[in-house]
Amino acid sequence: MATNTGGLSLTQQRQRAAFWFIAPMLAALFFVAAWPLIRTIWFSLTNTALSDLYGGEWIGFDNYLSLRILESGRWIWRGTLVDPAWWNAVWNTVRFAFVSVFFETVLGLIVALVLNAEFKGRGIVRAAILIPWAIPTIVSAKMWAWMLNDQFGIINDIMLNLGLIDQKIAWTASTETAMYAVLMVDIWKTTPFMALLILAGLQMVPRDIYEAAKLDGVNPVKVFFRITLPLIRPALAVAIIFRMLDALRIFDLVYVLTPNSAATKTMSVISRENMIDFDKFAYGAAQSTLLFAIIAVFVSLYIWLGKVDFSGEGQR
Amino acid sequence: MAKIELKNVTKSYGAVQVIKGIDLTIEKGEFMVFVGPSGCGKSTLLRLISGLEEITTGDMLFDGERVNNLIPSKRGIAMVFQSYALYPHMKVYDNMAFGMKLDKTSDAEIRKRVENAAKLLQIDHLLDRLPKQLSGGQRQRVAIGRAIVRDPRVFLFDEPLSNLDAALRVQTRLEIAKLHHSMSNVTMIYVTHDQVEAMTLADRIAVLRDGRLEQAGTPAELYEHPNSLFVAGFIGSPKMNFLTGKFAEAEGCTTLGVRSEHLEVVDNSPWTGEVLHVEDLGSDHFLFVEIGSDEPVIVRRPGKATIPVGTRVSIAPKPGHLYRFDKDGKPVR
Repeated sequence: MATNTGGLSLTQQRQRAAFWFIAPMLAALFFVAAWPLIRTIWFSLTNTALSDLYGGEWIGFDNYLSLRILESGRWIWRGTLVDPAWWNAVWNTVRFAFVSVFFETVLGLIVALVLNAEFKGRGIVRAAILIPWAIPTIVSAKMWAWMLNDQFGIINDIMLNLGLIDQKIAWTASTETAMYAVLMVDIWKTTPFMALLILAGLQMVPRDIYEAAKLDGVNPVKVFFRITLPLIRPALAVAIIFRMLDALRIFDLVYVLTPNSAATKTMSVISRENMIDFDKFAYGAAQSTLLFAIIAVFVSLYIWLGKVDFSGEGQR
Repeated sequence: MAKIELKNVTKSYGAVQVIKGIDLTIEKGEFMVFVGPSGCGKSTLLRLISGLEEITTGDMLFDGERVNNLIPSKRGIAMVFQSYALYPHMKVYDNMAFGMKLDKTSDAEIRKRVENAAKLLQIDHLLDRLPKQLSGGQRQRVAIGRAIVRDPRVFLFDEPLSNLDAALRVQTRLEIAKLHHSMSNVTMIYVTHDQVEAMTLADRIAVLRDGRLEQAGTPAELYEHPNSLFVAGFIGSPKMNFLTGKFAEAEGCTTLGVRSEHLEVVDNSPWTGEVLHVEDLGSDHFLFVEIGSDEPVIVRRPGKATIPVGTRVSIAPKPGHLYRFDKDGKPVR
């Protein structure tokens, strides 16, 4: 082997070894992430149909926006960017993402603070609290759909008996409550995940800093806002980004819990609907591409504005 | 400024008793060092005094006032932690000012006190930096500064030098000693496992072992009159030579102790053997002599080494410098 590497410096040898260790990962990422993304963007610039995936012709940006001027002189704008259904989905998604991530963060923080305290059976509680997150979304969505059922659901029954409502509510079907139903289930499901991410951050805070604060006579509320919160901010920021990414591409829960409700249809749902149900494959691909762009913009803004530190050095 | 009295203090974690009944009085303005091997309970004892841990039974009095149930911030104490425990997200100034700011001390007063403390510790040029921009020694000073500005009755140090390198440790030790002189009315309690730190800093030392107070006294008292085999072996460097068997029987005890500097090379003596090794420290040197005891006997001699390895020498203790212990490790009077 000596002849093989004879000409390379130690650094070059290390770089070469590093490359070969990373290569499988790069290949996997290319095939499962980069290639589908490139294909989707390419599809969005063609008139590909679901029945003939390789027969699409290049039509430029017509799926996004195109202008036809009729002989009568009327201008007709077409494409996703002037599609009210699309903008409704964008609004639904953004609203869903902000509200759900907000509540998940607040509740997750509270749960994490509780789990960070020392008490008997903490290990079991930590494991137990993960259950909602561990259940596959399809299963928990079906479970909640049944509990929220307007005729036989236990939630209506309980609220009726407690006198909170006078008549049964069609939680998932009614346009007024559908979004609340989706939000509630998502918050129920994802708070544990958020709590665990925040808990990891909390456990990075050295215990003696709290003791120093105790000697300084800092009351617990101030300790939280002046010491704990600033110190877990990096962990919190990363947790929020993860959840934001997830929330902006929410699909399964909406699809199962409130199928075909304009009040909850999200970008992912409407994009799939166009691609598969409406046989407007390229149009759906354009919406997928826009979804990708929106998420990219959100995350870049957040990282830039929040000066999120991914290097971990802020934890010192 | 406070006299601290511990009366039969114990501390248990569940069924495990780590402090097993300690009686100790620490006088006003005294520099008291708790020393002992790891796990002896010295840090726990300090935390009991600080109020970070609650005592299980017994009483603790500050200036005669029972403080068993007083929260840490009301005890008038300041503590320097082993890891410094600086607030990582606050600048040096804010680290030192944080406690006062919450007390609603006026800004001018805070600034004055922080700047005075910073000047005393020579960290006044670092006030705008974050802890992570400081070296270990500088962080240590900030931690001490944070304690000073609290204007405490009692200063607690929990192994403050153990994260510093050897040179810095000696330097910081000197500064803590200077601090004690300049704040002579503040009681200081210092925990260490290093007997050299204890000997150099303390007015009085409390040697702890296995949750009990083994002996308390001035460094000279402990050095010259250890009242147990454990204290005799723990205090002093190099460790006191312990001889058993026929060596001890000849003196009518179970264990015979003699410090290395109290041994002389003589012409003729029953203690004769080969020099196994020589450590030359420049100002003085150590001979390791194999005289048939459990371990080679260490002899400390001034100046440079003159006796080569392999030489047979006779050694004898100087008169009046033998320590005799019975089978329980207690001194034979």
